Amino acid sequence: MGVIGDAWTWLVTGEHWSGADGVWHRLGQHLFLTAACLVISCAIALPIALVLGHLGRGGALAVNISNAGRAVPTFAVLVLLLLSPLGTHGSWPTIIALVLFAIPPLLTNAYVGMREVDRDVVEAARGMGMSGRQLVGRVELPLAFPLIMTGVRTAAVQVVATATLAALPGGGGLGRIITAGFRLTDTPQVVAGAVLVAALALLVEGVFVVLTKALDPMRRRGGRARGPAERPPADQAPTAPKSLELT
Amino acid sequence: MADQNCLIANEWICGEYVRTRGAELTDATLQHIGITLGSVAIGLLLAFPLALLARRWRAVAGPVLGLTTILYTVPSLAMFSLLLPVFGVSVAVVVTGLVLYSLTILVRNILAGLASVPEEAREAARGMGYGPARLLFEVELPLALPAVMAGLRITTVSTVSLTTVGAIIGYGGLGNLIYEGMRSFFKAQVLTASVLCVALAIVADLTLLGAQRLLTPWTRKRRKVKT
Repeated sequence: MGVIGDAWTWLVTGEHWSGADGVWHRLGQHLFLTAACLVISCAIALPIALVLGHLGRGGALAVNISNAGRAVPTFAVLVLLLLSPLGTHGSWPTIIALVLFAIPPLLTNAYVGMREVDRDVVEAARGMGMSGRQLVGRVELPLAFPLIMTGVRTAAVQVVATATLAALPGGGGLGRIITAGFRLTDTPQVVAGAVLVAALALLVEGVFVVLTKALDPMRRRGGRARGPAERPPADQAPTAPKSLELT
Repeated sequence: MADQNCLIANEWICGEYVRTRGAELTDATLQHIGITLGSVAIGLLLAFPLALLARRWRAVAGPVLGLTTILYTVPSLAMFSLLLPVFGVSVAVVVTGLVLYSLTILVRNILAGLASVPEEAREAARGMGYGPARLLFEVELPLALPAVMAGLRITTVSTVSLTTVGAIIGYGGLGNLIYEGMRSFFKAQVLTASVLCVALAIVADLTLLGAQRLLTPWTRKRRKVKT
């Protein structure tokens, strides 16, 4: 496999890492886009999901938005936004597309997390005289934490992937290394770029797995009855047919 | 005449575009359907043995689930690019990438479906003299069908949408038209292809939902009693 060797050579060549088209600059753009969009989408989606989950309303919305997000091609939305009047405003089309696709996993997981909190525990907390705020802050949020973080992790990986696709319509980020490689029919560069993107996605996933474990508020209180690892992420859970039929 | 103008004015919605490029749209849609069907079918054929192996041996389950989850994390553009040197510029790149993505959800859901089969049903079948193969095909798989179909629907819908990314190597079905339209700023082409793509996903989802209802009449009856 000569290509792998060539891709490795591409990766260890210093000049490919510096300059405006270099890896460092593209990685910086990618990380900035990812972080900014993740913060924006969390600020939009999490409060809505927590309120809806606490009140137990809008479940159909929270679940169906996830299904809709799956059916709409990311690439199509990126191109549509680029051709719309927004397209002339620098990286706004990319940012909007990234936020749009990060919201569904955040909203759905946080909502399901809040609803899956044991109803007996909630009743007991109410019986102890907790107010709505206390209930959310001291009972529901800590118990829903793993699923909320699953949503954040899924959204982060989704944003990394979408930011890569943003290179097709000319956005920044690591995807540009791949698209430039295609234009130059330079397969080693395409493969090297793909390796970098895949590594970044896996790294982001890994960081969030560790963060979830480290920050889990139930960790110091004797642990959970059932670990979050025992069930699949909500967006892949086999319970999907029931929720799909909420329409 | 008014219709002619919408092509010149580069409007988003253009009836003339659909009329004059009907053949192009049909070809792209057929390629899209072909890639999706092929990928999901191969994915299903691979996921079944993998799920059965993972169920049979616990030692296999961890690596299989771990690996498919890792594959799912790889962004589509990177996935197709990494497969490029393996297959060259061919439809196999896109289909293989989509198959690898489909495995994550299919294997998980088949496993969950098989795990949801009540032990009494298994015992009863064994008591009636069912062998392992007959038990699997006549008792376990039918009972696992709701979870399997749920996975199949999620996989099919996301495969329809991911196929568009195949446009980078010219095998993206409707994605090709979106890519072309992006380069020439042809709004009608981008919007028409995008809408067709979403419609395709919805039709596929509803078809599978209908198939699931037909295949599992017992779940329908149970629901009626409950409500």
